[in-house]
Amino acid sequence: MSYIIQYLAFQSYHFGIISTKCEKKRPDNIIYANVENSYLNNDKHLSELCYKEWINWIIFNPSYETGSEDVVMDLDVKKSRIAELKKSAPLYVLLLPSALLLLCFSYLPLGGIVMAFQDFAPSKGIVGSPWVGFKHFVQFFKSYQFKVTLINTLKLSGYGIVAGFPLPILLAIMCNQMRNGKFKKVFQVITYLPHFISTMVMCGLILIFLSPGTGLFANIFRILGGTGDFPNLMAMPSAFGHIYVWSDIWQHLGWDSIIYLAALAGIDPSYYEAATMDGASTLQKIRYIDLPLIMPTAMILLIMRVGNILGIGFEKVYLLQNVSNIMSSEIISTYVYKIGLQSMQYSLSTAIGLFNTVVNVSILLLVNFISKKLTDSSLF
Amino acid sequence: MVQGSVLQKNTNLMIRKKRFDQDKIVRFFLYAIALCMIIATIYPLWFVIIASFSNPADVVSGQVWLWPKQINIDGYKELFKQSEIWKSYANTILYTAVGTIVGLAVNLPAGYALSRKDLFGRKWINVFYLIPMFVSGGLIPTYFVVRKFGLYNTFWVMIIPFAVSTYNIIVARTFFKENLPDSLWEAAQIDGCGTIRFFLQFVIPLSKAVIAVIALWTAVGIWNQWFNALIYIENENLIPLQLLLRRILITNQSLLGAATGSMAQELRQLSDMMRYASIVISTLPIMCMYPFLQKYFNQGVMLGAVKE
Repeated sequence: MSYIIQYLAFQSYHFGIISTKCEKKRPDNIIYANVENSYLNNDKHLSELCYKEWINWIIFNPSYETGSEDVVMDLDVKKSRIAELKKSAPLYVLLLPSALLLLCFSYLPLGGIVMAFQDFAPSKGIVGSPWVGFKHFVQFFKSYQFKVTLINTLKLSGYGIVAGFPLPILLAIMCNQMRNGKFKKVFQVITYLPHFISTMVMCGLILIFLSPGTGLFANIFRILGGTGDFPNLMAMPSAFGHIYVWSDIWQHLGWDSIIYLAALAGIDPSYYEAATMDGASTLQKIRYIDLPLIMPTAMILLIMRVGNILGIGFEKVYLLQNVSNIMSSEIISTYVYKIGLQSMQYSLSTAIGLFNTVVNVSILLLVNFISKKLTDSSLF
Repeated sequence: MVQGSVLQKNTNLMIRKKRFDQDKIVRFFLYAIALCMIIATIYPLWFVIIASFSNPADVVSGQVWLWPKQINIDGYKELFKQSEIWKSYANTILYTAVGTIVGLAVNLPAGYALSRKDLFGRKWINVFYLIPMFVSGGLIPTYFVVRKFGLYNTFWVMIIPFAVSTYNIIVARTFFKENLPDSLWEAAQIDGCGTIRFFLQFVIPLSKAVIAVIALWTAVGIWNQWFNALIYIENENLIPLQLLLRRILITNQSLLGAATGSMAQELRQLSDMMRYASIVISTLPIMCMYPFLQKYFNQGVMLGAVKE
């Protein structure tokens, strides 16, 4: 009997001071739970033991007994940092492999950028090589190659954005208008397919198909009644941009549209129903519902693309360039490769690469800022 | 008044009808364009396949259009005679298998740790993982770091240095956040299960979808990779298939050796056949797998798109 009264008293006590801040998990709550459990299990002895433990706990942790949040918080802050750090330790173990690899192969090379300000020689290392300031940057800016590579990079990249950015949006809208059925499925599978062709094979295909004497395009040209010889497009600097951009669109158009399809799938169908009731045509629905609602997604992707304007793929350009089209196919990244690993001018190459990165990041920040002001969508 | 409303009704119907007709036209064009796109996408790939099985003289003169002519598998025969092809094919399979396992082992735990709200210092750790996405040391510093670690010209250079993929980590993180309820971890914790055990025994079995996505992407990426091999591998015994393709497809080095006179013509045709055949054998594995796995690939794009 006595212990039941004790229990009731103890319960009211408990609700009086603890329930006001029961949001937080407190050790005394857990100890108290033991009391309750043993009571429910009709175990008098254990219940009393647990009760005593709980009282002891309250006595030795006066800050809790006062019931004052502030005191509790103050004491908590320092303890909890260490406690949280300890609690997160297993998570750090899970992060360890990737963090180590990033440190070694991403952050360590980032430190290697100082090579751009030195006359780096592998035999002397970074510590021993003499400092030369901005010599290599000046050398690059003054060189003939600077203007050529910069303009080529901007041209290829800009053309790629202008032609390649709106098309996936159109394709997604088109696909969204199709009735769900076999045709739509087949259409999607087939348009995504070329995305998985490797750059190497893609360039091989381009070279084979465009071959002036025997290629597929030359044959089509003849069938359509073209007279004379099919031009050797790969040897024409003026054609390089078109080849590069349109083959890219052929390869990635379908894949790039997936993300817009996802955005379109997220639109509330009641918009379309309401528009149908009001007698809107398909084109009007596209113009007034689809386009405005996928704009934020489109803006984010545009920022990412423009932010990467100087970073267009090295691989494809490098594989497609030859002596005849080099005038319009030498871009910054291919130049970095040639200067660095073919002519062994390590510092100059690093300087050019650094220039590239700095311009990229600045453009990214700028476009992000403009987009934030104008359309309210931004990366960060 | 009654007449007015009837008139109104009629005009409404007419407008509706007009809209309906317009919609029909739009729909017609839509399917027509879609059909053209299907043909434009599939035909070049189909052409490569039939060309690889046809008589090279017919391919060159434009006789081959829809079906192979005078079936001829000399290209494949000659290709498979080359020991380099077998070696590099085996290398690529090995790189892909090991690289995918390493990629999963590195990126999945990181994704899980970053998805946990109670990770101490989560904000800064996120920044640490995001920075390499936007800035990098560039080609030359990376090259020297890889050499310093003694990875140059070894098997592991294709696997270790570029195993971390921030993008895959984000995909995994988003998946864990959305699909693993907090209560699961809390319940496991109360039962005395630690984080690492929880990850191995609960998270991994519950995340087959995201594991499939990341594994597939990593595998395709490694299968198609050649630039790292170009820079870091000199040893002929270690080169992957894609780098060998470069010799066959791009730089036009014949694996058959030089010849003169009438032999030259035949050899050129044979090497053309080998080019088609090499495209087919290097791309077919992925192309055949793809339609069955498409659902996973698409899922991955959606997961990666979530912004935070």
